[in-house]
Amino acid sequence: MEQAILGTLNRARAARRAAVTFSDLADGGTQIFLEGDDCPAPWRLAVARALQSGKAGFVETEHGSFFCNVYLPPPRILVIGAVHISQALAQLAPVAGFDMTIIDPRTAFATPERFGGVELIAEWPEDALKLRPLDRFTALAAVTHDPKIDDAPIRAALAADCFYVGALGSRKTHAARVDRFRRAGVADAEIARIRAPIGLDIGAASPAEIAVATLAEIIEALRRRDVGPAEGGAP
Amino acid sequence: MLGAANILDPLDVAEAWIREGRKVAIATVIETWGSAPRPVGSHLVIDGEGNFEGSVSGGCVEGAVITEAADVIASGAPRILEFGVADETAWRVGLSCGGRIRVFVEQVVG
Repeated sequence: MEQAILGTLNRARAARRAAVTFSDLADGGTQIFLEGDDCPAPWRLAVARALQSGKAGFVETEHGSFFCNVYLPPPRILVIGAVHISQALAQLAPVAGFDMTIIDPRTAFATPERFGGVELIAEWPEDALKLRPLDRFTALAAVTHDPKIDDAPIRAALAADCFYVGALGSRKTHAARVDRFRRAGVADAEIARIRAPIGLDIGAASPAEIAVATLAEIIEALRRRDVGPAEGGAP
Repeated sequence: MLGAANILDPLDVAEAWIREGRKVAIATVIETWGSAPRPVGSHLVIDGEGNFEGSVSGGCVEGAVITEAADVIASGAPRILEFGVADETAWRVGLSCGGRIRVFVEQVVG
């Protein structure tokens, strides 16, 4: 591996960008491609597959056989709302391998006593997100029920292509949300990405059960996510 | 939190070593069979003095990889190592878990 490739790889990882490398084991020559960048056609399918599966291994390309390594940013969950569901999620998320951050401007809710161990930001999401930019490896779960708090980060998550965007609320609440977003000019295809009511449909009733359903839905979204812009499609 | 951030990242360490003017080799798990403690793609980085960071097994074969890395750094030529119970050196270095792994060792070149 060349020093310049190592530098590119480390900078990409620090910036939470997914990277794929192809090494020629005969001479150690390595190529690197970053998620979201244009990628030459012969490599496109192999890059898309690697990003999708997250698995390293040998691949055959037009240029021969290479060892392909994949570097995905650690997934994280950003929760808008320091509510009861968030308390349960704060305990579950680390077990499943997620970093978690909670944002809630209501200081009565966002107290460290209620959320020991999880990063807690008692600010408006619009301000907090300036310091914590959203990205494709972030799941956003908005659970305050309050459009004044939830709407802006949901729209920011759609714009940032977060792998999961979920919003708490009944079907009626969500219909009102869809209406607000449409009037604000958000495309229907974007709105359709919002998972609402939040969580897999397992009949969850208590806050803890809703947290389990939400975490399961986040895991499903992560493992089945579309990494685009792979054309041609895998068989 | 159990500060994952406090665990040194081998590739960041490798780059820092290079900036200090050290010669560095990167070892990468490229194939595993059966029960293997570290997945394909895992890294161990080694400098010319035998300092290392990261892992390619649960500590079973790191010593041997570090020794080989010194040769790779000296010669500049990459090599592929194989470890496992089928290996004749199994009594000295091998995977007690019964798995088998192949490790690619290369020098970071300017």
